Amino acid sequence: MDELAIIGVGMHPWGKWGRNFVEYGTVAARKALDEARVDWNDVGYISGAITVRNGYPGYVAGATFARALGFNGAQVASSYAACASGVTALQVARGQILSGATDVALIIGADTTPKGFLKPNEGDRPDDTDWLRFKLVGATNPVYFGLNARRRMDLFGATQEDFARVKVKNSRHAVHNELARFTKEYDIEDVMNSPVVSDPLRLLDICATSDGGAALVVCSMEYAKAHGHADPVRIAGLSTVTPVYPDTVIDLPYMATDSAGATPEPLRGFKQSIGDKVYEESGLGPDDVDVAEVYDLSSSLELDWYEQLGFCAEGEAEKLLRDGVTEIGGRLPVNPSGGLGAFGEAVPAQAIAQVCELTWQLRGEAGKRQVEGARVGISANQGLFGHGSSVLVRR
Amino acid sequence: MTKTRVPAVDGLFTEVDGVAHLIGAKTPDRESYFFPAHLPGMAGGDPAAVGAELEEVLLSNTGTVWSYTTSSYAPPPPFVATTDPYEPITIAAVKLEREQMVVLGQCPQGITPDDLKIGMEMELYIDVLNEDDEHEYTVWKWRPRGTAGTTDTAAEGN
Repeated sequence: MDELAIIGVGMHPWGKWGRNFVEYGTVAARKALDEARVDWNDVGYISGAITVRNGYPGYVAGATFARALGFNGAQVASSYAACASGVTALQVARGQILSGATDVALIIGADTTPKGFLKPNEGDRPDDTDWLRFKLVGATNPVYFGLNARRRMDLFGATQEDFARVKVKNSRHAVHNELARFTKEYDIEDVMNSPVVSDPLRLLDICATSDGGAALVVCSMEYAKAHGHADPVRIAGLSTVTPVYPDTVIDLPYMATDSAGATPEPLRGFKQSIGDKVYEESGLGPDDVDVAEVYDLSSSLELDWYEQLGFCAEGEAEKLLRDGVTEIGGRLPVNPSGGLGAFGEAVPAQAIAQVCELTWQLRGEAGKRQVEGARVGISANQGLFGHGSSVLVRR
Repeated sequence: MTKTRVPAVDGLFTEVDGVAHLIGAKTPDRESYFFPAHLPGMAGGDPAAVGAELEEVLLSNTGTVWSYTTSSYAPPPPFVATTDPYEPITIAAVKLEREQMVVLGQCPQGITPDDLKIGMEMELYIDVLNEDDEHEYTVWKWRPRGTAGTTDTAAEGN
């Protein structure tokens, strides 16, 4: 697979700003375009990640952003893949560039989120599993995170202090990130004293929802070299794989797992397969990775990713964390941006924001949260309904 | 006046001779199960079930705890809180042996995470989810095996 060059990244700060999502996306896009130093008329493709909480303009996010940036005749698409929407939009753009249909594409995602739990659409919809799980079981998103955390405790001896330690580590990283929403440094007691949301997880173990926007300008390697980007960060692997049946780990929004009664479970589960794909595409492996941005919807899910991305064997994530391997200064820093714990999730922007952070890290532009000498970075993200994504970038 | 007892959502569970069961689907020739039963022609993820005539099947009404947690804050609608102030609910994920699948369900009021352990045997029963002036809307729940007496009393109390 040919690589793509990332020649511009930009973000609007995360927060609970309460303004129109188009504003966040436009700010992020203009920053990315400024970095890329491309003629706006060279941008032949605009790939938007959809927000489902902002009405029709959100459903046609690509066109909404194209108009906000000034219609230039570019082709356009809008993608929805839950939390993986941003990388799906990037995947669409990669196809356009590698097919030769365009040289340069702009990828944008932004969201304005309501207060409180994410909830299903209105109305009686008994054939929609997302509606049923709230109605009949009271299963909010944190319920699934709590089930996962309890498994880690039972199978691997994880403790609530371990979960708290993830939050503490990431909060220390976020102190140096002006784009994060929460930049306060927490200690273990702060986390342990916060109220239980879904046992054994507490409020500070679970990510909030935020407003934010992120954008990337990507192009062919030839275009990058011809336009003054001699050594750009490159996308060497992209993954938006679906599960292989049967997926036997309960995950949102379902009330039951697949059945392994007739078909044995695949050797690699769904979450493992997400990262496997980018390693396969790039020809690199876990040992090559210098820095990672993973989806810590909850603190225990960050620990899962250490294992699912192959940084350690199953059951050894807590040791990696306790040994300081995954903090800045360690061998393999995870979530140097502060992660979702510090950002809160802005669904269509989040997977793009992960790539922004990795790009800054690989360029050596991450300031006080810089991972020294980072050359290879990986992101990992989970959506729902069988969505997930990963991006492998290198320099 | 006695309230009419109706399922909160039709077609997901039933009681046969007083024994509760979830209604699932199964491929006729294979031990591949689905819950809820899927719409005709839908494979529910299983490539081998595409195009198969799925048959309705009552799922095992016992299993073992795979994991458990709580909704300690009131979930948003369509969930209806039955207590004011809201009392946390405990939720169990229970693995069914024959079906090799895990199914979620609420536990009875009064069951907390301290009462549960992974591997513990559980049984399905039908309880009241919420009610209005004329109806009691029912749902399946998971309770530790052998605690029928306590939870039946609770249900009658509603």
